[in-house]
Amino acid sequence: MSNATEMTLEQREATLGGIGCARRRKEDARFIQGKGNYVDDVKLPGQVFGDFVRSPHAHARIKSIDTAKAKAVPGVLAVLTAADLKPLNLHWMPTLAGDSQAVLADAKVHFQNQEVAFVIGTDRYAVSDGIQAVEVDYEDLPVLVDPKQALAKDAPVLREDVAAKDNVGQGPRKHPNHIFNWDVGDKGATDTAFSSAAVTVKEEIFYQRVHPCPLEPCGCVASMDKIKGELTLYGTFQAPHVIRTVVSLISGLAEHKIRVISPDIGGGFGNKVGAYPGYVCSVVASIVLGRPVKWVESRIDNISTTAFARDYHMTGELAADKDGRITGLRVYVLADHGAFNAHAQPTKWPAGLFSIVTGSYDIPAAHVSVDGVYTNKAPGGVAYRCSFRVTEASYLIERMIDVLAQKIGADKAEIRARNFVKPEQFPYKSCLGWDYDSGDYHTALNKVLKAVDYKELRKEQAEKRKRGELMGIGIATFTEIVGAGPSRNCDILGIGMFDSCEIRIHPTGSAIARLGTKSQGQGHETTYAQIIATELGIPSDDITVEEGDTDTAPYGLGTYGSRSTPVAGAAAAQAARKIRAKAQKIAAHMLEVAEGDLEWEIDRFKVKGLPEKSATMKQIAFAAYQTMPEGLEPGLEAVNYYDPPNFTYPFGTYLCVVDVDRRTGEVKVRRFYALDDCGTRINPMIIEGQVHGGLTEAFAIAMGQELIFDSNGNIQGASLMDYFLPTAVETPIWETDFTVTPSPHHPIGAKGVGESPNVGGVSAFTNAVVDAFAHLGVTHMPMPHTPWRVWKQCEALGIGE
Amino acid sequence: MNKVAVKMTVNGQAVEGRVEPRLLLIHFLRDTLGLTGPHVGCETSHCGACTIDLDGKSVKSCTVFAVQAEGASLTTIEGMANADGTLSALQEGFMQEHGLQCGYCTPGMIMRAHRLLQENANPSEAEIRMGLSGNLCRCTGYQNIVKAVRYAADKLNGRREAAE
Repeated sequence: MSNATEMTLEQREATLGGIGCARRRKEDARFIQGKGNYVDDVKLPGQVFGDFVRSPHAHARIKSIDTAKAKAVPGVLAVLTAADLKPLNLHWMPTLAGDSQAVLADAKVHFQNQEVAFVIGTDRYAVSDGIQAVEVDYEDLPVLVDPKQALAKDAPVLREDVAAKDNVGQGPRKHPNHIFNWDVGDKGATDTAFSSAAVTVKEEIFYQRVHPCPLEPCGCVASMDKIKGELTLYGTFQAPHVIRTVVSLISGLAEHKIRVISPDIGGGFGNKVGAYPGYVCSVVASIVLGRPVKWVESRIDNISTTAFARDYHMTGELAADKDGRITGLRVYVLADHGAFNAHAQPTKWPAGLFSIVTGSYDIPAAHVSVDGVYTNKAPGGVAYRCSFRVTEASYLIERMIDVLAQKIGADKAEIRARNFVKPEQFPYKSCLGWDYDSGDYHTALNKVLKAVDYKELRKEQAEKRKRGELMGIGIATFTEIVGAGPSRNCDILGIGMFDSCEIRIHPTGSAIARLGTKSQGQGHETTYAQIIATELGIPSDDITVEEGDTDTAPYGLGTYGSRSTPVAGAAAAQAARKIRAKAQKIAAHMLEVAEGDLEWEIDRFKVKGLPEKSATMKQIAFAAYQTMPEGLEPGLEAVNYYDPPNFTYPFGTYLCVVDVDRRTGEVKVRRFYALDDCGTRINPMIIEGQVHGGLTEAFAIAMGQELIFDSNGNIQGASLMDYFLPTAVETPIWETDFTVTPSPHHPIGAKGVGESPNVGGVSAFTNAVVDAFAHLGVTHMPMPHTPWRVWKQCEALGIGE
Repeated sequence: MNKVAVKMTVNGQAVEGRVEPRLLLIHFLRDTLGLTGPHVGCETSHCGACTIDLDGKSVKSCTVFAVQAEGASLTTIEGMANADGTLSALQEGFMQEHGLQCGYCTPGMIMRAHRLLQENANPSEAEIRMGLSGNLCRCTGYQNIVKAVRYAADKLNGRREAAE
């Protein structure tokens, strides 16, 4: 077949809109015209609403619930309590962490705003009226809010339902309020490193309880078709397929009778991974009433009840030689998991991937011990824009290395370079067992130091200090571990954490791809198409990407922990390669040559040595539905379930410069320079957008976010009046940069980027704030660095005015 | 609860309905009229996802009763495209400058930016940031939103200059 095309190779490449181009987003057209379809936009015939009666108490016995008046409210259709769910065995539900969680409070409430009853009515307003009319009689119980008191002998026992159990799903426990102990590393070698060290440092580092707070709260619409016996569940699910399995397991409905649909999702950041009582109650209500039931939480419900993040009380210790070369790391963590152990991690990892805590540094010995405890707070412990517990781990080591630098009087950039894993050490096995795939930490650090003129900044800082002014330079040289994960060490409820992609090529050469992940703003419809475009030579504009409907998409574990590109992105490339392999057979038949005589070029197979003889993918697509070579099935499609051989390890260097006003405690971010290495870059525009967003969330966490509880367990500030979401005015200007160190095991070398800025950003901010006070002997300041707290630090040092 | 009649103009169309006096305007728009572009993000008028244009002012429709809009003229994101159906300069700017990710804040953000550009046709970066400070975004870090508004301002000013 001859080709009279006039396009150059470069033009043909550009026409594809493949890997590496800043393609504008396919999803934008609907969002900018108000035509997105979020859960609360779903409106089914006969749809009614449900919402919760919530507990005002953090710990109380329920003496009685009277729903009679509520049921008499006009528009109220039904009220569900634990007593109604009990016969169905749905008053408790299993958590992803092996514990169980009350769907509706069963005899006791364990945290403020816990779900006590579910009121269903014809509209939102009638439901509100009904909620007001439900009468609950409580008897107060002693409240436990401080995890440090949880394991005391006389501590109130929170979970009477499991008090006698020696295991609540994650190993042996030592107290009724104890959930698990997780111990990793070589304790003996670590103790030896410390006993023989020239220098040791120790610091208490608390990573406060925060909330991901996506702009769209969680919600669902459950619709039971009683005649077909089929349940359709629309919801804000980051992992729709897992939700389908969970719903099947807990409801007893056969999985093929359940269709889960994640429509457009208004941000997730980890908040929308788990299963919540609202989903279960909506399903039950729909079964009871035979009508679609919608539940959408309010902002206060969102912040105070659906999955929080962090709440890690960490103690870090480093041992080093006199030059600051680290010889040992010891970490103890007291993890506050709230009332139910409902953190969302791969099941085998009670502290997630926290053992990435050695970070970018070649540390010969380390030991980590984590105790999880119950308190009278909301359950959760999700990864808020980070891979599982990686932010906590990275924060610990990035803070500790600064503490060490200050102790020995070393420069904070220099001490990092001195301890980095060296480029020639990759693939690198950390002492806590991780196999780092690739990295070049020195190049990244040096590029940033040069870009900001680090020496000049330090000079300026020294001059300012002489004048009594406070200026801080914070550095974070982080390594992430993302792309969970290899099924040998990652599963959720026993299901390996693979992901999937199915591609169908239509006769006219366009395509549809369906994947097991679910975008919440990451731009999957755009970027997955770019991967496939490059692999198959079909323009990305001609490729539709679909996710989120379990009836059509192949099974996958969803989008969180920066796993979409490392896992489903790999599946997309592999599925495309299967298609290309079949296309090669068809092309050989079309061109009447042997398969081995063909070579691939951008969008076609060419006969080697006869460049005028070629078949484009478009031509091959049509042939696949027409004249197949003998022994080959018609059609051109493939599916790939990708079980990654390893995690990916994105890294970066962030540098933050702050000026602190010692009269007001205000911290002004003067400059923030972020260099990310996420391996092969699929769409630089989207990467930069992800970095901007992640840094802004990091800024929010470091500078203002905290869920605080009073001694009675009342949450202080669970609305946007109090919970800090930065506006355009406070948000700093972000400067971005990159290096490219591809992952050697990923089909296209990509590593994932969405969460790096949160992981590295939080450390960079805190390191900058503390650095502003370092010359005054300050080694650590707990987040968030609000003006009030920073001013108090100034006062304590006698430098406030 | 007794219902009362309301009439208003929404995106150039006369609409009427019978509503409970307590019905919020955002629910009238979304649930009664089916205009699901404006979103609810907080119910406390902090996030701005519900922002619409009401008689020439930016208004957070989650804290206005439908009855308060009696006789008013409203524009929502659904009414933002040009008369010929093409994208307005702001919509184009948001797409070209990657000023959105999850899209949940976008309708409110565009409606606020629209009014901002009516108030100040050539805003500085600081003025854009201040002008949008009643609208929260969790995804973008605002940097590209600011660029998107600048893009629209430049395009609209260019048009104006060309017409003069």
